Amino acid sequence: MRNVVIVGAGLTKFGEQWKKSFREMITEAAVSAILDSKLEGKDIEAIYTGTMATGKFIGQEHIGALISDRLGLNPIPSTRLEAACASGSVALKQGYLSIKSGEHDIVAVGGVEKMTEVGVHHASSALGGAGDQETELFHGATFPALYALLARAHMKKFGTTEKHLAQVAVKNHENGVDNPFAQFRNRITIEHVLNSSNVSSPLKLLDCSPLTDGAAGLILMEKQKALDLGLDAVEIVSMAQASDSLALTGRKSLTELNATKQAGKLAYKKAGITAKDIDIAEVHDCFTIAEILAIEDLDFVKKGSGGNATMSGFTAKNGSLPINTSGGLKAKGHPVGATGVAQAVEISQQLLGKADKRQVKGLEYGLTHNVGGSGATCVVGIYRRA
Amino acid sequence: MVEGSPSLGWRNYSQRYNLAGNECKTCGKHFFPAVALCPTCRRKGKLVETKMPMEGRLLSYSKVFVGPVGFEMDAPYHLGLVKLQNNVKILAEIVDTPENKIKIGSKVRKVFRKIHSEGETGTISYGYKFRVV
Ligand SMILES: [Zn+2]
Repeated sequence: MRNVVIVGAGLTKFGEQWKKSFREMITEAAVSAILDSKLEGKDIEAIYTGTMATGKFIGQEHIGALISDRLGLNPIPSTRLEAACASGSVALKQGYLSIKSGEHDIVAVGGVEKMTEVGVHHASSALGGAGDQETELFHGATFPALYALLARAHMKKFGTTEKHLAQVAVKNHENGVDNPFAQFRNRITIEHVLNSSNVSSPLKLLDCSPLTDGAAGLILMEKQKALDLGLDAVEIVSMAQASDSLALTGRKSLTELNATKQAGKLAYKKAGITAKDIDIAEVHDCFTIAEILAIEDLDFVKKGSGGNATMSGFTAKNGSLPINTSGGLKAKGHPVGATGVAQAVEISQQLLGKADKRQVKGLEYGLTHNVGGSGATCVVGIYRRA
Repeated sequence: MVEGSPSLGWRNYSQRYNLAGNECKTCGKHFFPAVALCPTCRRKGKLVETKMPMEGRLLSYSKVFVGPVGFEMDAPYHLGLVKLQNNVKILAEIVDTPENKIKIGSKVRKVFRKIHSEGETGTISYGYKFRVV
């Protein structure tokens, strides 16, 4: 059986990158990942890139060809993958499978989005495409509104409060302070969140991840070859993906994301571990409620107790299970297609002991959790130092 | 939302105006909007058109302060996730209701309203919204 390792990781600074174009950002992240790997561009056999809505954000499709061209890597195959906000993770999974299958030994995986150069209503419509055009967008649903519906149901059933939600943002901003690549590096308080402007009740501005420009890159390699070369490597122990109804109306429950539960279960099973073995995780906190759902649905805490667990410091950097040491989508930023890849960048740096001020000690297993839409796609990855 | 050919809306008139969905005669499950394949019975399914009930209860709701393109001028408005009497769930705007009556569990009834118009000269879309009764 062939195994797959990450041997290089790179990011651009996340945020409003007015001086940098889409193509400059993905090139910068890819070059940074290649340099980090000690390999060379000519060693790369294929490219897989996740990006969600380039047609709406920058008027450009045919992204695979654009990227191989910009990287000077023609004629190797270069493919773009899309699964809304989980685009980055499905690209990572495709790269992982291409090595696992024996087709390739070394591939590059990228994620990128340029979101801040269209008006806010257009950005909202572009992101809304992750939901159901006919039964959600047509009726005026926005992305915050869909998660707000989930938040309200969770609050009603389990007594989760707006303060519990706010604490997720407070904790992730605290983590973002130590991440030089993060969009927001300022501390906030629960009062800041509660007093921020309304977006879609009960969610307020500081419950929401921002619009972000950014790119992330990874170099994947067949494990034995990487070990023979003596490279610093993090093994992708397992990757699992699951689907659920595109629209919220098709869900069995409004207080869980079943795609998370299914992908998590499968990822733990393939890795031969349980949730208790995970030492650190990057989860998909596109909205504060999403992190609470994630830590429950991944079995880190009991269903319904995510709010209290967050309040108690369980998920803080110095807590029992640090969640989103990068700052998460909330503080690091959420360039949708880049997010899944950036999560794997953070986990691989943590497992290699290269996370500087964010470093958590004594790590064995790390996990990434990336959601598309309001929960219609979920990808969970499990990692360990090779 | 997508703008363009009138057929975008026209083919959905019965769905948007009359809550027409379908029902699988094999397993009895109702679907809205209509499906082309019963996900449970698959090739053994037998789908026939049926209208959804007009009433249901609110499962969740949100007051939307920032709307997408086409809804900029409507905000703030309320969106509700409704469970109809046949257990089918539907998402729509909640209108004609004082804010304090919009609660989880509130009984709602379908109304017919304008949803959206495409600028000065484009098509005007109508469809379902709900109000608390
Ligand atoms: Zn059936």
